[in-house]
Amino acid sequence: MVIVQHFVNALQWGSFYALIALGYTLVYGVLSLINFAHGDIFMVGAYIAFFVSTALLASDSFGLSHFQALSLTIPLTMLLTSCVGMTLERIAYRPLRRKGAHRLYVVITALMCGLVLENGNLALLGASRRTLPEMLDKVVYNIGGIAVTNLKIGVIFTALLVFVALQYIVTRTRMGMAMRAVSWDKFALPLMGIALDRVIVFTFVMGSGIAGLGGMLFAMSYPVLDPYMGSMVGWKAFIAAVVGGIGDIRGAFLGGFLLAFVEIMVAAFLPSTFRDLFAFTVLLLIMWQRPTGIFGAPQTTKI
Amino acid sequence: MLRVENIFASYGKIEAVHGISFHVDEGEIVTLIGANGAGKSTTLKAIMRLVPPGAPVLTKGDIFFEGRSLLTVEPHNVVAKLLIALVPEGRHIFGNLSVLENLILPTWTRKNDPDVPMDMERIFELFPRLGERRNQRSDTLSGGEQQMLAVGRALMTKCRLLLLDEPSMGLAPQLMYEMFRTLKKLNEGGLTIVVVEQNARLALQVADRGYVLDTGEIVAEGPCAALLDDPEIKKIYLGG
Repeated sequence: MVIVQHFVNALQWGSFYALIALGYTLVYGVLSLINFAHGDIFMVGAYIAFFVSTALLASDSFGLSHFQALSLTIPLTMLLTSCVGMTLERIAYRPLRRKGAHRLYVVITALMCGLVLENGNLALLGASRRTLPEMLDKVVYNIGGIAVTNLKIGVIFTALLVFVALQYIVTRTRMGMAMRAVSWDKFALPLMGIALDRVIVFTFVMGSGIAGLGGMLFAMSYPVLDPYMGSMVGWKAFIAAVVGGIGDIRGAFLGGFLLAFVEIMVAAFLPSTFRDLFAFTVLLLIMWQRPTGIFGAPQTTKI
Repeated sequence: MLRVENIFASYGKIEAVHGISFHVDEGEIVTLIGANGAGKSTTLKAIMRLVPPGAPVLTKGDIFFEGRSLLTVEPHNVVAKLLIALVPEGRHIFGNLSVLENLILPTWTRKNDPDVPMDMERIFELFPRLGERRNQRSDTLSGGEQQMLAVGRALMTKCRLLLLDEPSMGLAPQLMYEMFRTLKKLNEGGLTIVVVEQNARLALQVADRGYVLDTGEIVAEGPCAALLDDPEIKKIYLGG
């Protein structure tokens, strides 16, 4: 029974990792850029969710119920977080792309963007931790001795839904086709009459929107926010994406869950200080056997 | 239809084209011939308004399409709005997409055009091999088939002016002739064509007029018959 409980917890953690890893993989798939600011976009998403929900609930004039507030906060958070992602693309990555800068400089820029987001947040909002208002009345279902909250179920289903939706967009829509085309050959896309920037902006919007959603769900599950909350989770999600095969949506999803399972199971049976050591050792072993990740194939498919 | 006026184009600090002028009339096949590094591809990329890296910057001169300057037009609009298409050197097909997807992608900008399915059928008539392999990943095609796909893909933009950069490169002689026969056929159907070639003899046999480029400048021009007879050109470009 205990193991099933751990299993459910791992599914929830895996959902967070997967939601972030999907954004890493999307941007990498299209641009071959590792957007190291992505973990911090997740953090920004959590803060946006905090401000939106607080604003919605604070003013009595709206007279919103908790559920109404929640259903408004989700799209607003995703929208505003995508704006942040879009802004980064516009002011940081696009000028470098125009100049044909080497990938290394773009990656360093991404790292710096992440630090600016973290420390900008710290400077603007101070170091005090914030708590997301309660929007979902907690219900605990007891299924054969396993406690599952409605939030946990929501998180897992959201991750699943996002995965299915992304897979659909990338494989079945024209925009998805254009994204796959860019991942293979950036040069030829304008020759198809399609604006390259449009495809790239769309990719950033999707990636950051999903990260925003993840940040919000994370903040609902662990309602204390701080400016550095995105960095470690972000790194781990990045590693999950690489282990899954960066550039591949299935890989990001699977990698996220894989990492969460290893972490939770190690923490369950060994001292919790061993958690990261074991988790990363397992991932290292996988990389050793399959350097391109589980779904990655060298030089062929991305996305 | 197309008028290139005294263009200078460079990659970074290296100037590849030093003042080229030429024109293309509607319904013509015009060829630009010359050795490697003569500035042929650079000229085509400049016409398409492609951006660096990968394409040059135009430092001087102007390009007019039906009287309108292209300098402020973005590359995707050169294709989508002005209907000029390029088959780039090295094909640049999307290898991770199926043959069919490669042909669908350029029709995105023709959203409400009812002719798309008909045009697709026309491509499959023109290149039956592509029809047979429509659901195959396009990087599994042979070199010749990939070249057909690159041409088919450009035609799916419903272009009025087609630019081709070395369409014969890497093709066996038989396929090379077939490619040029197809171009002739397309031209007879009303398409204006500019073709850049290293295989000068073949290009001059098919085209109406030709320009000879050498190290970024035009050194000779005229009707193809005249160029084929020119003793100087024979010696340098046609192997005696």
